[in-house]
Amino acid sequence: MADPKDGKPVPFRGGGFAPKPIAWMGPLVFVTLIAAMEIGTRTGVISNLTLPRPSAVLMTFVSLWDTGLLWKHVVPSLSRLAVGAALGATAGIGVGLTIGLFSHIRAGLVPVIAAIFPIPKIALLPLFVIWFGIDEASKYALIAFGTFTPTVVATYGAVDSVDRGLIRMGQSFGLSGLSILRKIVLPGALPGILSGLRVSLAIAIILLVAAEMLGAEYGIGAYILEAGSLYDLERLFAGVTILSLLGVGVNWTIGRIERRVLRWRV
Amino acid sequence: MDLHLDQITHRYDGAPVLDGIDLHIPTGRIVCLVGPSGCGKSTLLRLVGGLERPSEGDIRQIGTPPDGCLNPLTYVFQDFALLPWRTVAGNIALVLEDHGLPKSRIDAVITDVLARTNLSDFRDALPKQLSGGMKQRVAIARALAVEPAVLLMDEPLSALDSQTRELLMEDLVGLWTRQAFTAVYVTHNLDEAVRLGHRIVLLSRRPGRIRDIVEIDTDLADRRAGQADLEEKRAHLWSLMRDEARAADAELVTHG
Ligand SMILES: Nc1ncnc2c1ncn2[C@@H]1O[C@H](COP(=O)(O)OP(=O)(O)OP(=O)(O)O)[C@@H](O)[C@H]1O
Ligand SMILES: [Mg+2]
Repeated sequence: MADPKDGKPVPFRGGGFAPKPIAWMGPLVFVTLIAAMEIGTRTGVISNLTLPRPSAVLMTFVSLWDTGLLWKHVVPSLSRLAVGAALGATAGIGVGLTIGLFSHIRAGLVPVIAAIFPIPKIALLPLFVIWFGIDEASKYALIAFGTFTPTVVATYGAVDSVDRGLIRMGQSFGLSGLSILRKIVLPGALPGILSGLRVSLAIAIILLVAAEMLGAEYGIGAYILEAGSLYDLERLFAGVTILSLLGVGVNWTIGRIERRVLRWRV
Repeated sequence: MDLHLDQITHRYDGAPVLDGIDLHIPTGRIVCLVGPSGCGKSTLLRLVGGLERPSEGDIRQIGTPPDGCLNPLTYVFQDFALLPWRTVAGNIALVLEDHGLPKSRIDAVITDVLARTNLSDFRDALPKQLSGGMKQRVAIARALAVEPAVLLMDEPLSALDSQTRELLMEDLVGLWTRQAFTAVYVTHNLDEAVRLGHRIVLLSRRPGRIRDIVEIDTDLADRRAGQADLEEKRAHLWSLMRDEARAADAELVTHG
């Protein structure tokens, strides 16, 4: 018989394709990028006209904070985002659910949604200004409209993916239509709706800035526009950093919500 | 409450699946439906429970459901159909909540059915934490919670391994012995049929017709695996079913 010691070990071919959280990786990438920028601009490898020095951006940030200007810009932006995105997401989830549940509404509305989805919503701002006035209302409308379409698409897709077996089970126990909707369809669609919201809210931030650039005294968009027209790269980057932080914050919040409400997921 | 099926014929897109089924389901008995794959067993069960309407014929309830019955015709599904976002207790509460019962009554029912299915320790577990056998126990507990007049079980043990299946069969026999329930029990497995069925209905290949009905009078609690009289019935059913299955197989090949 052959000696087992002569054999070679079976090569390992498994592993991978299973994302796991690695907490330090994200910060490491950020720190490395920022450090490279700092070193590059200090040593002159990167000219001051190409990129501002991160430390200078930080100083701008500190002075924004000290003068209280930071909140003057961030607070109106946040409230626009909150109101607009809440309106758009609520309407989007509602319409998405009715599309998911009723064949007639689906047949009628899906082509309409497909037609308005690719319109760059920013092109419609003048229309919204005429309809809702130059003030906050037109900004809310723009953000809401931009959030609405992706939310609708994500929601009815999520409703379609709810296990039909569970719905039959509900019917077989004589549950009312409303109970089936509240206790089976909605929770079953929740994972899809939440991951759709990640996309919708990122779009909402983009539209927020666009709306503020086109007409606002205060707001992150207005601040960035002003810095850009003066070619003040430090302030431009300070503004952009705020936006990135906003995006990270929104993503983190949705992640927390998912962890809380989707604990049941395998 | 008895169920009576009269000349049930069912077609999908014009193609017959079931043809002229006459069947009586007496109170307190377990009727097993066996037959080759695709012969329409699940379809028949859906018709009996009112999830689909038969193309022809009618299904009648004779007599009234027992007092306290919340859902006369209650299913136990092959894939358990538990809501993954609800705990064991929550899954059972789901089918009680729509009936306007006071909270204390719901709790009492849950405690009772969990005790009857040996699940009391798992009250707050989520389905993902349970093995397949446990999940099916929860589904059975949920079905018992509505005090059904007739249990409709579609291959309830098929997704389980053979040891778990054996244990659950013993549990079902125990439940039936303590309180006789009425059931229509669909299965592929003739061992299950001769262990649990008072009456075994063999369907032919598609379109399903009744090929044979076998009555077994031995008390459920007295049946053992491999018992001579059961083996004899099993062999008889198998010889009929083998021919049907073989013919069904050949048909699939010739029709492409
Ligand atoms: N909704 C449907 N539409 C069209 N055809 C269907 C539908 N449901 C079932 N069928 C067909 O009807 C036939 C009977 O199906 P059914 O599921 O009742 O068989 P079964 O006896 O339960 O089979 P199995 O043993 O594999 O579970 C099959 O040929 C199936 O393809
Ligand atoms: Mg079946």
